[in-house]
Amino acid sequence: MKIVVLVKHVPDAQFDRHITGANNTTDRDESILSELDEYALEAALQLIEARGGSKAGNQVIALSMGPSGAVNAVKKSLQIGATEGVHLSDDALAGSDAAATSLALAAVIRHLGTDAPVDLVLTGMASTDGETSLVPAQLAERLSLPQLTFSSSLDVTGGKVVARRDGDTHSDTVEASLPALVSVTDQINEPRYPNFKGILGAKKKKITTLSLADIGVGASEVGAAGSLTVVESAQARPPRTAGTIITDEGDAGIKLVEFLAAQKLL
Amino acid sequence: MTQALVFIDNPGPALKKSSLELLTIARSLGDTAVAFNGELHDDVAAALGAYGATTIYRPSAADLDDYLVAPKAAYLAAAVVASGAGTVLLENSADGKEIAARLGIKLNAGVITDVVGVDADGTAHKSVLAGSYNTTAKAKSAVAVLSVKPNSIDPEAAPAAVTPETVTVEVPAGATANAARITARSAKPASGRPDLGEARVVVSGGRGVDGNFGPIEELADALGGAVGASRAATDAGWISHDFQVGQTGKTVSPQLYVSVGISGAIQQKAGMQTSKVIVAINKDAESPIFEIADFGIIGDLFKVVPQATEEIKKRKG
Repeated sequence: MKIVVLVKHVPDAQFDRHITGANNTTDRDESILSELDEYALEAALQLIEARGGSKAGNQVIALSMGPSGAVNAVKKSLQIGATEGVHLSDDALAGSDAAATSLALAAVIRHLGTDAPVDLVLTGMASTDGETSLVPAQLAERLSLPQLTFSSSLDVTGGKVVARRDGDTHSDTVEASLPALVSVTDQINEPRYPNFKGILGAKKKKITTLSLADIGVGASEVGAAGSLTVVESAQARPPRTAGTIITDEGDAGIKLVEFLAAQKLL
Repeated sequence: MTQALVFIDNPGPALKKSSLELLTIARSLGDTAVAFNGELHDDVAAALGAYGATTIYRPSAADLDDYLVAPKAAYLAAAVVASGAGTVLLENSADGKEIAARLGIKLNAGVITDVVGVDADGTAHKSVLAGSYNTTAKAKSAVAVLSVKPNSIDPEAAPAAVTPETVTVEVPAGATANAARITARSAKPASGRPDLGEARVVVSGGRGVDGNFGPIEELADALGGAVGASRAATDAGWISHDFQVGQTGKTVSPQLYVSVGISGAIQQKAGMQTSKVIVAINKDAESPIFEIADFGIIGDLFKVVPQATEEIKKRKG
């Protein structure tokens, strides 16, 4: 089984994040592997482990698109257990919106399928920076793959993929034939941590760096030039400041209601 | 020619407030049409007319609901072409965003999600990086696809109601090929409370409630609000994951957010810091939630919350 897992190098959400530059893009210093991608990686590893792992010819390819630092997301994925890594890196990619990103990633996935077809593309439910959830659906549309997004369970048997999807008002069981694209929520599993053996072993694993020329994509199709949306302005929201803080002296519940009444919130 | 097309999917017997908001925004952009899917009740058709929809497009196929998003995107793309609309508005749900995503690829149209306001020239306003930035964005393409968050605008009916014309749109052949099929569906029990994503008031509980959401639910009911929870509370299994507010749960932006027994780690703040008024109740004075609360109470939630609930009930008589 050949699985491609999309992994994104994103600014650590534990710290303040910033928008910079003429194209109003996110500052990517202090970035890490997106937390939500670890669930997709774990799901991929469980699928191949149930099939005899890499020794039986199964592959989990961690794919990241982004500037030089993005290779760190690939390296972390290899430490956790991905069998090889691919880094799409090209200056022309800077400032790509979801449409341009999905165009480039679709080209990489087609490229990776030339020797043996890709059975499954796995992604997180969203990135933790853009948070649009657009790329998985756009990738499925571009590759004409069935999409099973926001999956909270995943079962692959007999060339068929079955997933559970929890909506606001109902839960669905969805089903499609392979190849397919699946995005997973943080409810699907408990991602593993890289262990010492994994960290040592990762150094021997192959990372392929691809440029746009390698995947047959023109510079004008991606980046700010190829994007269909433009961020015209970005203003840091003034930080919220603390208001009135009181310590309960037996009547705080009543004071709270007085505050709500004064704010016309009752 | 239609300027704006609103996608409305299976509203049932009445339109949701968020749909009325989309129709109100659409009218500010020009002539409005609706691409409808599902059973069209008379009351809903009348409401669409009251909100100024001149045309209601309906799909030629009845089985779009049997598949996940892909065929709906194919139908909507055909409706955009039939209407000649320059802007497509959808709700900002998981399905809405994914239909928008696929529509964008089909029409080579720019997609902007999480929109909270739209100017007459199509400029979209949104808040990004967990509410820490406000941005404006625009589609560079002939058609713009926008998914709009609830509570973005006060719904307003058109000055004069119209009687919409109904037009059937041919769903493209092959729309269901390569689509994931829904093989089973189980409805979740309805709570009777407002939907968390759309509620004007949200009362959320965290680690401090120690497994007892009773006081949280009673305060939420007294305020006519929805119940939310921190990740710590959902991970502990005290309440279903559906109630989680935060970066990996729901992002809410109500008029009033009451945070109870939640320390206010970044993950949680990411989901609620654009709320208009924030109230925090926590016994730990050092909790980061107090840094952003408009009104904070350092105290025992099991004393403060029931007292507040009683007082609200008393005032409401």
